[in-house]
Amino acid sequence: MSEVAQEKQDLPAIERCHVLICAGAACVASGAMEVEAAMKSKISALNLEAEVSLFDTGCVGTCDLGPVVIVYPEGTFYVKLKPADAEEIVTEHLLKGRVVQRLLSKDADHVEVPSIFEHPFFAKQKRIALRNLGVINPESIDEYIAVGGYASLGKVLEMTQDEVIKLVLDSGLRGRGGAGFPTGRKWAFAKAVEADQKYVIINGDEGDPGAFMDRSVLEGDPHSVIEGLAIAGYAIGATQGYAYVRAEYPLAIKRLQIAIDQAREYGLLGKGIFGKFDFDLEIRKGAGAFVCGEETALMRSIEGMRGQPRPKPPFPAVSGLWGKPTIINNVETLANVPAIIQNGPFWYSSFGTETSKGTKVFALAGNINNTGLIEVPFGTTLREVVFEIGGGIPNGKEFKAVQAGGPSGGCIPASLLDIPLDYESLQKAGAIVGSGGLIVMDSDTCMVDVARFFLEFTVDESCGQCTPCREGTKRMLEILTKITKGRGTLEDITKLETLAKAITQTSLCQLGITAPNPVLSTLRYFRDEYLAHVVDKTCPAKVCRELITFDILPDKCTGCTICARNCPTHAISGERKQAHVIDQSACIKCGECLVRCKFDAVVKV
Amino acid sequence: MEEIVARHRGRPGPLIPILDEVQTELGWLPRWAMIAVARGLDVPVADVYGVASFYSFFRLSPPGRTRVQVCMGTACYVRGSQQILDALERKLGIKAGDTTADRRFSLESVRCVGACSLAPVIVTGEDCHAKMTTAKLDKMLDACDP
Repeated sequence: MSEVAQEKQDLPAIERCHVLICAGAACVASGAMEVEAAMKSKISALNLEAEVSLFDTGCVGTCDLGPVVIVYPEGTFYVKLKPADAEEIVTEHLLKGRVVQRLLSKDADHVEVPSIFEHPFFAKQKRIALRNLGVINPESIDEYIAVGGYASLGKVLEMTQDEVIKLVLDSGLRGRGGAGFPTGRKWAFAKAVEADQKYVIINGDEGDPGAFMDRSVLEGDPHSVIEGLAIAGYAIGATQGYAYVRAEYPLAIKRLQIAIDQAREYGLLGKGIFGKFDFDLEIRKGAGAFVCGEETALMRSIEGMRGQPRPKPPFPAVSGLWGKPTIINNVETLANVPAIIQNGPFWYSSFGTETSKGTKVFALAGNINNTGLIEVPFGTTLREVVFEIGGGIPNGKEFKAVQAGGPSGGCIPASLLDIPLDYESLQKAGAIVGSGGLIVMDSDTCMVDVARFFLEFTVDESCGQCTPCREGTKRMLEILTKITKGRGTLEDITKLETLAKAITQTSLCQLGITAPNPVLSTLRYFRDEYLAHVVDKTCPAKVCRELITFDILPDKCTGCTICARNCPTHAISGERKQAHVIDQSACIKCGECLVRCKFDAVVKV
Repeated sequence: MEEIVARHRGRPGPLIPILDEVQTELGWLPRWAMIAVARGLDVPVADVYGVASFYSFFRLSPPGRTRVQVCMGTACYVRGSQQILDALERKLGIKAGDTTADRRFSLESVRCVGACSLAPVIVTGEDCHAKMTTAKLDKMLDACDP
């Protein structure tokens, strides 16, 4: 293997520069493909094809700056490009060597950042699982091999199964899907079981709203996940793997399939890999059920049944897919494996904290300036993530909370901003690392409404098999809805707590067990907001419709009529150039007037 | 139909991939198709219907020409996707999950499409509309189905 990699690296470098276009989902949605087409045609019009190579790369992480382009070797980082800008980069930078200053990204003080290496967004990051995103072309196995890809698989096949497992155990790698179970121990259980057939599965059913790292890794570096899975397969003695990927991620499925086909062609999947090992991999599309992120439900789904969890034990490592020993690892977990093999377990465990080793990918979204994907060592504080990497809260609003861990997680308030992000600290704070979604909320977010939102999610996604989850979450949602409508009583808050306890103690799977968490954590940190809804019948964040009214400030209203024209119920009246008024009996509180008014004359009270 | 079933028959866990291909072909899963799949695999129709109705990806009624999917993930929600969904319901005169009488649009509320940094997001067909506001809706609908 190393010879192949060496040979690839020894290729004469004929190109003057490499231009990488981020082809992550966010950049594509912002027009990256149009930018690429414009660049391509300009490059060919100027006959630069021999000197400049242009290709797609995986998610760079700066999703709110898209479409982005990186020009190597300088690492010039162009952001928010339009097709016309792309042409200018070709004629100025690629042809004449002049950096187009106005298209560079800017730091917090609006100063141009000369290269990606100096960008503040990346300064505190340590990219291991994301190591190849923004560096190689995800649709080229040659590039993956050129950066050392599949060398770890080659190395592993020289080792015994137990040596591989020990190495992963020593690294301290824990499952990145949510529960944080030590990966090496999971492998050891499955290895210890004798069976004629074993399976390994990639869990790419990234259902947590607000998490998109698995999508980005599958889209941006599919080979690392395949390599990680093949290594897992060798370690436990499995010859067949499945990749369970959400149907909502068509690009991830497409790129993973391309990678599988390439790996088969190169003999890195299939019979006799390096002459020593048989292993193959097949994609199964998830069909849109959140509960299928749970291991036993996921396996039932692959078997072609309804994705309903079953009690554990027996654990999948003993009796899993079709009753055979099976391990299921998350996409991000597997993407770490080749890097750990390559650099050694103690290199990996040198990052992070005592109990949470290595790095974790977090998806930053919500009310934050720099949304996107980041990877930091465990133990980095929430404050560093939100304010240094994330650039703080937009529009001068105040930070209120971070929702960590999706529907199974909780909200962390401003008073805990210095909490280190690791498995234990987050759990103690009533949240979880989970898959790593961090949704930042500002003072305009109502925490009771957020709790209601998550319960609505759980009620939708409960598989309906066990009563505490099916009925209990429904009752909790009813109570929360009642409170947001201003009809709650103090007794309702007690009821919520009683129900939460019962659901957690008696549900069958983690979906039910953790479902009350968003309610419990908001009750813990934002009880005063619940009390405001229940006792004062007010919504402090002015979100809950039944508790607010819209009004027009006569001294600010210019009579431009835009609110009246856009009001869906014609509840606003007034003469042109005269202050308008809202007929409260006709107002449905949709907020359209507030969004449209250019003079801040519409207010919520 | 027979060809799709035949291609998967004998492979482990064939039902979901078959339903997926049938839906790609027909746009949804009519009753007759589920019966045909059940016969082809020699399993009870209830099993096929049970799976089809469990997963939100499978549609049991015909969709409109353009599927308008409003993301209701957390990031989109805190950035106002509820208001956008409400506005679309008013504009199209249907509730989420329904299709307009002229079959032009079906409106769906979906759980996180993984484009959280572009919140709030609407997906129409294969297009992803970023940072949506209620003011942009008319133009978006017109562009989808002129």
